[in-house]
Amino acid sequence: MTALLEVAGVSKRFRGLKAVSEVSFAVPQGGIVALIGPNGAGKTTTFNLIAGVFPPDEGRVMLQGRSITGLRPNQVCAAGIGRTFQIVKPFGDLSVEENVLVGALARERSVETARRQARAVLERLGLADQAARPARSLTLPDRKRLEVARALATRPTLLLLDEVLAGLRPTEVDRMAEVLRELNRREGLTILMIEHVMRAVMALSDHVVVLDHGEKIAEGTPAGIVADPRVIESYLGAEGI
Amino acid sequence: MPFDFYLNIVASGLLTGLVYGLAALGLSVIFGVVRVVNFAHGEMMVAGMYGSVLLAGWAGLDPLLSAPLVAAALFAFGWLLQRGVVNRFVERPEHMQFILLLGIATIILNAMLMLFGPDSRNIMLPYSFDTVEIGPLLLDAVKVRAGIAAVLVAAALFAYFRFTRTGKAIRACADNPLGARVVGLNIDGLYALTFGLGAAVVGVAGALMTLLVDSRPQLAPEYTLLSFVIVIVGGLGSLPGALLGGVLIGVTEALAGFLLMPSMKSLFTYLVLILVLLLRPQGLLGKRA
Amino acid sequence: MTGRGILLLALAGALLLAAPLVADRYVLSVLTTVLWFAYVGQAWNVMMGFSGLLSLGHALYVGLGAYVAAALFVHFGIGPWLGLWAAMLAAVAAGSFIGFLSFRFGVRGVHFALLTIAFAEVARIGFDHIGWLGGSAGFFIPVAEEAGNDLANLRGSPVLFYYVALALVAGALALARALLHSRLGYQWLAVREEPDAAEASGVDLFRARMSAVVVSSALTALGGVFQAFYFNNLFPEQVFSMGRSIEIILPAIVGGIGTLFGPILGAFILTPLGELLTYLIEVTGYDLPGLKQLFYGVALVAIVVFRPEGVWPWLARRLGLARRPGETAVPPNREGTR
Repeated sequence: MTALLEVAGVSKRFRGLKAVSEVSFAVPQGGIVALIGPNGAGKTTTFNLIAGVFPPDEGRVMLQGRSITGLRPNQVCAAGIGRTFQIVKPFGDLSVEENVLVGALARERSVETARRQARAVLERLGLADQAARPARSLTLPDRKRLEVARALATRPTLLLLDEVLAGLRPTEVDRMAEVLRELNRREGLTILMIEHVMRAVMALSDHVVVLDHGEKIAEGTPAGIVADPRVIESYLGAEGI
Repeated sequence: MPFDFYLNIVASGLLTGLVYGLAALGLSVIFGVVRVVNFAHGEMMVAGMYGSVLLAGWAGLDPLLSAPLVAAALFAFGWLLQRGVVNRFVERPEHMQFILLLGIATIILNAMLMLFGPDSRNIMLPYSFDTVEIGPLLLDAVKVRAGIAAVLVAAALFAYFRFTRTGKAIRACADNPLGARVVGLNIDGLYALTFGLGAAVVGVAGALMTLLVDSRPQLAPEYTLLSFVIVIVGGLGSLPGALLGGVLIGVTEALAGFLLMPSMKSLFTYLVLILVLLLRPQGLLGKRA
Repeated sequence: MTGRGILLLALAGALLLAAPLVADRYVLSVLTTVLWFAYVGQAWNVMMGFSGLLSLGHALYVGLGAYVAAALFVHFGIGPWLGLWAAMLAAVAAGSFIGFLSFRFGVRGVHFALLTIAFAEVARIGFDHIGWLGGSAGFFIPVAEEAGNDLANLRGSPVLFYYVALALVAGALALARALLHSRLGYQWLAVREEPDAAEASGVDLFRARMSAVVVSSALTALGGVFQAFYFNNLFPEQVFSMGRSIEIILPAIVGGIGTLFGPILGAFILTPLGELLTYLIEVTGYDLPGLKQLFYGVALVAIVVFRPEGVWPWLARRLGLARRPGETAVPPNREGTR
């Protein structure tokens, strides 16, 4: 497997405070990689560095061997990365379908074709019967699914998921995990996910990267990670899992 | 002596600018805490001007003496406005707040127009035409008094926020409203207090302004814009920035009014704004977001 | 749009087309004013309603359009149909400059609104000092001869102007509708709702916002050209005033920001109400300066307090018209305080 995404020594400071410090890892083509760590470990900041919300102070981000360092979020999207937001950001006054339509329009100029694609994505995520409702009226689990749907509609090669399972009930977690696994297996979609739900991390991911205080403290297979004493001390132990 | 001449213009603009800065300070305080832009700011300032004009007419009060009364009246007005209407809009989108305050501004402005008419009114004081000589400077006594008073009021406001319990609570509230609520601060009360304070400050600025210009209702939108420009030039959320911005704008106006036409002086105010937005969008003393 | 909606629209259109047959001079002038505000309100709506850019300086584009077309006509004999391109170009240039400054340097929300006011004010003061355009004493176009309608030079009777205004409104409505259902339109709405999410979905924020400014300023400039040739006089103090900018935004706010029919409905509510007020003032002899404006202020506060989404969405639901998001849905309460 070759690396689809390569994060090489990225750092980010906010007003002198190091949020992310020389973090490096790779996401192989077709893989599902989980990014875990306690609150404030720099997971979302790392995501934002990849997605182009702000440029890293140091280091590079490469997608398919090409540098995407310092690109704007819309350019990163065009390069093939779709993302969700931890605090969901639906276009509240637009319908569910229109939300996903906006995503589809990233690669499609015709509104009608994009609409068909949006419907297909909604179908896949089980949101089709909600298509005409205003996005603001959705429940939280549905909003999370909408985040994923909108990101998927941009037809990414790499999907960044920021805690899309948090706050869901166990049955909903299983359902979402199933959808993600299927996307990964059937369409070869590569996924990088920030996740707190360890059960899902264990079940879904084939590689785990652990951050703490903005630094990478470990990485490896899920089974290896839960056995790593540093990880247990900094994260798993603290959370009591 | 052309140098002394320019020095005089700059000093005179600086004194006027301090009063502008005080007005902008009121806007900055309200925005910094309540996160609502008081689009009726100039209207409140002109209300303060008319308060002083009326008190001078009825009781022969010097604006410097009527300023506390004007401040009290505007404090009450601001407090009620926040409690009654604006508070409901704190969580609403920015443009809704803006439109609400635009409506309130229109009401105040036209109520004043109906009450006082469009003609200008001025206050005659025993020292209206006196001058003060400081070294090479020959300054109008009214400007010196207004400038000093503006600095004193601003200093009192800084001290209030720095040293009093309530002032600190307001600052906490500005930094982190949610956190402030969690530790048990009465946010709505503090917001009303802040809006009242901001209104009182701009009321005082209005009272002081009567020393410098004639009062007309039509000045209000101009002062609203002026306060905005100053706050942005000085840096959003920076109280010293508001004073600095006021001085800068005051001096710019004075120089432009002298070197070019007086009617073009506000043109330069806006040019300064555009320049600042271009070169230093966070304002002179503002922190980058 | 439902069948009922189409029927109602056709009926309203027919009534407006037939209006000059029955309306007297006064009613026709009021209707023309209504249509003018409906038109510029629609133009403003493209920025605020569709893209979330609060402009409080639209008088700038009206004034630039008016002065450019009038100057070309008076000084060079260039007719309005040619002049309007130059007028639009001037407004677009100004709008793009403001947009560039704002969007490149992170000027957002209320600060953007302030910047738009600042530029309108700069224009007002500047035009006061341009002697070639009459300065503060005003700029005049030779008054039209009532006898012959000269559409080519936009000189003629009130009926001619009425139909031109009606055509403007119909054209703007059609354009706004087409835009709203285009790729660009959906991207505008996304930017209005959640800029960050829109950007992550591939929308170039700068381009989306700039295009909204370009469309809105160009449309608004046409309103200015109309105004110049309809009233035949221009005073910087009026044309560029902040009061005018506020009058421009009122119809859309009252009718419903972000809706297609909101600005039109708002204009049909506000202008006749204003006329009624003027009439009442005349009849009762209770003339006070500012009374009419005071009424506008009260209307503004009442609308945002009691019906923040505007009158049209409410009316559309009452009339049982289709409720399509983006068409009758509106941005207020974005933070979910509802």
